[in-house]
Amino acid sequence: MNKLIACAGALLVGLASFGAAAPVRAAEAVAIPSQSWSFDGIFGTFDRAALQRGLQVYNEACSACHGLGYVAFRNLGRDDAHGGLGYSEDEVKAIAALYSVVDGPDDDGEMFEREAIPSDRFPQPFPNDKAAAAANGGAVPPDLSLMAKARAGGPDYIYALMTGYEDPPADFEMTEGLNYNRYFAGHQIAMAQPLFDDAVEFADGTPATVDQMARDVSHFLMWAAEPTLETRKQTGLKVLLFLIVFTGLLYAVKRKVWADLH
Amino acid sequence: MSNGFMGNPVVRWIEYRLPIFSFIDHSVGSQYPTPRNLSYWWNFGSLAGIALVIMIVTGIMLAMQYTPHVDHAFDSVERIMRDVNDGWLLRYLHANGASFFFIVVYIHIFRGLYYGSYKAPRELLWMLGVVILLLMMATAFMGYVLPWGQMSFWAATVITNLFSAIPLIGEGIVTWLWGGFSVDNPTLNRFYALHYLLPFVIFGVVVVHIWALHVHGSNNPLGIDAKGPQDKIPFHPYYTVKDLFGLGVFLIFYAAFVFYAPNYMGHPDNYIPANPLNTPPHIVPEWYFLPYYAILRAIDFDFLWIVPAKLGGVILMFGSILVLFVLPWLDRSPVRSARFRPLYKQFFWVFAAVCVLLGIMGAKTADGHTFGIANVVISQIATFYYFAHFLIIIPLLGIFERPKPLPTSIGEPVLKGGGMPAGATAKPMEKA
Repeated sequence: MNKLIACAGALLVGLASFGAAAPVRAAEAVAIPSQSWSFDGIFGTFDRAALQRGLQVYNEACSACHGLGYVAFRNLGRDDAHGGLGYSEDEVKAIAALYSVVDGPDDDGEMFEREAIPSDRFPQPFPNDKAAAAANGGAVPPDLSLMAKARAGGPDYIYALMTGYEDPPADFEMTEGLNYNRYFAGHQIAMAQPLFDDAVEFADGTPATVDQMARDVSHFLMWAAEPTLETRKQTGLKVLLFLIVFTGLLYAVKRKVWADLH
Repeated sequence: MSNGFMGNPVVRWIEYRLPIFSFIDHSVGSQYPTPRNLSYWWNFGSLAGIALVIMIVTGIMLAMQYTPHVDHAFDSVERIMRDVNDGWLLRYLHANGASFFFIVVYIHIFRGLYYGSYKAPRELLWMLGVVILLLMMATAFMGYVLPWGQMSFWAATVITNLFSAIPLIGEGIVTWLWGGFSVDNPTLNRFYALHYLLPFVIFGVVVVHIWALHVHGSNNPLGIDAKGPQDKIPFHPYYTVKDLFGLGVFLIFYAAFVFYAPNYMGHPDNYIPANPLNTPPHIVPEWYFLPYYAILRAIDFDFLWIVPAKLGGVILMFGSILVLFVLPWLDRSPVRSARFRPLYKQFFWVFAAVCVLLGIMGAKTADGHTFGIANVVISQIATFYYFAHFLIIIPLLGIFERPKPLPTSIGEPVLKGGGMPAGATAKPMEKA
């Protein structure tokens, strides 16, 4: 029994070391301050008001350069399999109509543009990577659908990045055309600060400070990366409760069966 | 089997034409005698078998939705995650299932090392197990490439490039493996085909592994042979129910990761689509490959002036598994269990710690420092110790170690002096 505990301890230490030793950019990693989110923990859920504000931030501040290509407009509706952002069908259609997508070919063989409908995905802002780089100083703005899972720290990292723009320290040599960011690996990021106070006017009246917008867009991007998060955690709770009770019962059965041998 | 079951006319009809029921009874049922003193360390074999079945079932269901083409693979996985009903669950079960399969198998192997389960007459059983480990590693490597993320692509590039270290024919082999001049669509497609195939090869080897096991039966914590039927109990119901309980515990840990930390053991870079023009700053394999990765990168010098560093690393990396094949012949001690080998027991734990250390080093950058010492140097010392354990320490222990006296029988510590009336113990091969 003691040895079992010792082994478990060794295993945990080993695992912890693996976790600690595996940041994406090991040599230059900057410690990302951890935030608390409503979707953290066993009972985590999305804050739909935050998600809707975050979508508005994406629409108005980010979508000009960053795609959200794995998210479909229908995913935003409350009828979506995992609850979406809570919008009604009409609201989803209205949001989709803000965007235009390329469709076709029509009967003349021509491609044409039309307003997006719920079954479309968010369109890419640029037709290809070269156009994206040309419009953005040589750097391609990445698609944001999975950003909350594609960076160590996830939504904490996105929040840190959005709020991390500051003047470089006196002894730091900046490259022309790049911007100083406290939390970006190497500190020099091609993207200029995207969020400024009151850049957006929230429908629910929440003051649009940089902090608020950063928090809401990080929240939204976590949803965009994993829309099934709430279903996952709720299912997990039921599964684990069942397994704990059932394993307890199995232990009792095991003891009963073995009783005549002990 | 009680007369009630075998008396059933349908059962008898089937049994007369295909004796499957008595076959099952003799394999895992009331007619398969097992040592009575097996500890929970003996649960991990059945857990490994169940993990294999979980991987095959989830894998086949994923395969129905996955597209093995460089332009569609990443998208198809995201479609599974978002649009396929419960696709997210299948994907997380499969990805975390691979990690849990390795956790269970590594514990199973270390159990074998500690209790001498590789010694006569189980040498072949042990070697079949090493074959299974190699097949698992190949399967896991190819499976990780399939989502076609940044790590998928670059891990494939790094590992397939290793074969160019083979003298004369190396470059040709790599081109042949790739199906082209770099990791590209032909590579992905063939990895998919082989990733679907190998689990069934593993299944076949597992069948032979269990067949070999059943010839002489399981080893036990004391490492001594059963002297007679009083040392054994029927596998069913004793070990079926104990394995079920163990499965419950396993599923709790598994579910905790699948539902609450599904990406903990993964790498964020694999959520970035593969880009052959953009090398990630830090290419790392999944955790279960980290020790071998550390050994590979430890050899940064030319061996004996004629073996280039790359080839040396490759040889030692594969050698670290191949040395397991010859372990039954390296260890000459007539005593199986570490319980009665006080020196071997200590060296075992040092070896286990060195393996963990190698895993930690595998995740670190090759040119970094830990506590002031160069990572490469730490890896070199750990690699040397790994091989020294098998090639120097174990053979020497076989000659010089004085083992503790063995108990006379398996039943003796339990039956004697327990204060229980003689009739209270179950008769062997019968459930009281």
